[in-house]
Amino acid sequence: MTTAEHFADRPRFLPAGDSALVVEFADRVDPEVSARVLALARRIAGAAIAGVVETVPTFRSLMVHYDPLGISNQELRARLEPLLRDLAGQVPAGRHWHLPACYDPSLGVDLAEVAERTGLSAADVVKAHSEAPFRVYMVGFLPGFAYLGGLPALLELPRRENPRLKVDAGSIAIAMAMSVIYSIESPGGWNILARTPVPLWDLRRDPAALMSAGDRVSFAPISRAEYDELAGKARAGELRVTPQPHDA
Amino acid sequence: MRPGLRLLSPGLLTTLQDRGRIGYQHLGIPVSGALDPISLAAANLLVGNPADTAALEIAYQGPTLLVDADSIRVACVGAAASLELVGAGARAGRRRLALFESARLLRGEELRIGALTGGAVLYLAAAGGFDVPPVLGSRSTLVRAGIGGLDGRALRAGDCLPLCQPRAPEAEEVRLAGLNLAPPPRFRIILGPQDDYFTAEALAALSQKSFTVTPASDRMGMRLDGPHLSHSKGYNIVSDGIAPGTIQVPGNGLPIVLLADRQTTGGYPKIATVISADLPALGRLTPGAQVRFEVVSIEAAEAARRAQAAELAALARLIGPLPRTVQIDEGRLHGANLVSGMVDALAGDPA
Repeated sequence: MTTAEHFADRPRFLPAGDSALVVEFADRVDPEVSARVLALARRIAGAAIAGVVETVPTFRSLMVHYDPLGISNQELRARLEPLLRDLAGQVPAGRHWHLPACYDPSLGVDLAEVAERTGLSAADVVKAHSEAPFRVYMVGFLPGFAYLGGLPALLELPRRENPRLKVDAGSIAIAMAMSVIYSIESPGGWNILARTPVPLWDLRRDPAALMSAGDRVSFAPISRAEYDELAGKARAGELRVTPQPHDA
Repeated sequence: MRPGLRLLSPGLLTTLQDRGRIGYQHLGIPVSGALDPISLAAANLLVGNPADTAALEIAYQGPTLLVDADSIRVACVGAAASLELVGAGARAGRRRLALFESARLLRGEELRIGALTGGAVLYLAAAGGFDVPPVLGSRSTLVRAGIGGLDGRALRAGDCLPLCQPRAPEAEEVRLAGLNLAPPPRFRIILGPQDDYFTAEALAALSQKSFTVTPASDRMGMRLDGPHLSHSKGYNIVSDGIAPGTIQVPGNGLPIVLLADRQTTGGYPKIATVISADLPALGRLTPGAQVRFEVVSIEAAEAARRAQAAELAALARLIGPLPRTVQIDEGRLHGANLVSGMVDALAGDPA
């Protein structure tokens, strides 16, 4: 059985006004759904359809933003229809980011609570999270904010009942079946396990957003002292991280 | 010293905005841009700028600006507000400027923009534009992310907003007559993408009942009060994309229409989307304004957008020379401020 057959339902179009169209594949968080969303995004970029402004991949669907003065909704659907055929759920070779992450309780402020709620030791929580192979399903909510799929099931928890008004940039947090990395300081309700000194969003860098949907991510635990040193370099704009090519 | 406009007082929320940051939503970067791009275009055309040049977007309460340049030509378009010019040197004394007209201001003169009435936003365009660096292709300020405009923030007292042109040559001033900024009786919407997450009663209420704009509204979203729109399948969905004008309904059942600074993705069901042609008028509404919706087809939305684009393209034809006598006739100028019909926005639904 091929991956395409596995998802018997064809993706469907959903209206989102007269300047955006949703192509929905499923309504769940699933690596193969994400892969098909990203495959369609690449196909649309390759097709260079006049009037299409950009596409935004999400967990379950692709939003196609377009200029209604450049292409009608009906024409757009007709142009997209052939691109929906045989969308392989093959996950493309993406960039692989190895991000230093400090799980010290001074930065991973919810680590103890997560350990208690999951019945694991703090060390086991760190081990499970840092050994998980994550993949970026979606960049959204805030500039450069990355949603990562691939959280081990033993770490699944709901969001915090009382969201924090301020979560620091770089915070690595978990909820449900996902992990996220806060790109800039913002309010947030996820359970914070660690912090990376690598800026997910830095306007001195091109592109300013570090990650794109489809990238792979793993976390390498570092000490608080190492974090402080790297964070100092990051503030000075001297912390360079380069992704490794797909390493299977 | 660089020519500029110095802010003696900043107003409530004065930011630089153009047509927004296009093409970066896949990186989580909101589009931003003017809440009312029609007024932005009109203000720019009055001073001879391209229609999408960055201008000051003034919300609720205007700033006081001191001319720190040889001279500058400005025009204000949008909500009614008093525009008092405190002259300097040979032009000492006070006079009123009018909306929808260009005016040349000289060094040391002070423009005091009062409280806005009948609309949420007013645009002040300067001939030649403001000299701030574009960020990702746009000068629009996104305060939440600290990008665009002047240092990524709303303007403060003491700021000097640099100008691209050190002086404005003497020329005949112009006025724009006949631009209709009145709200439509009903804002047109297209159902979806998650209208199937709502009860039949919610869908009926959306198109039959009236909603009120609440003071919790901002550039990101217009929060409405009114009948609760009940979900039929819960209110947490797996996040998907957000379109301009999306009406999302969180757990409390009260709709939020997502505006210029909207987030790129979201996890609440979206019952409908305001059509693109009606978004500029929506952006002009103030807290307390009544909003009614009407469901239309995508084809109708596309026709409305084409008609609006044709009107925008013809905007230049509404601009003509400002008669000399009018320049000193305060009463008529004041009246001209109000011909826009925007005062009706607070008077309720005319239908």
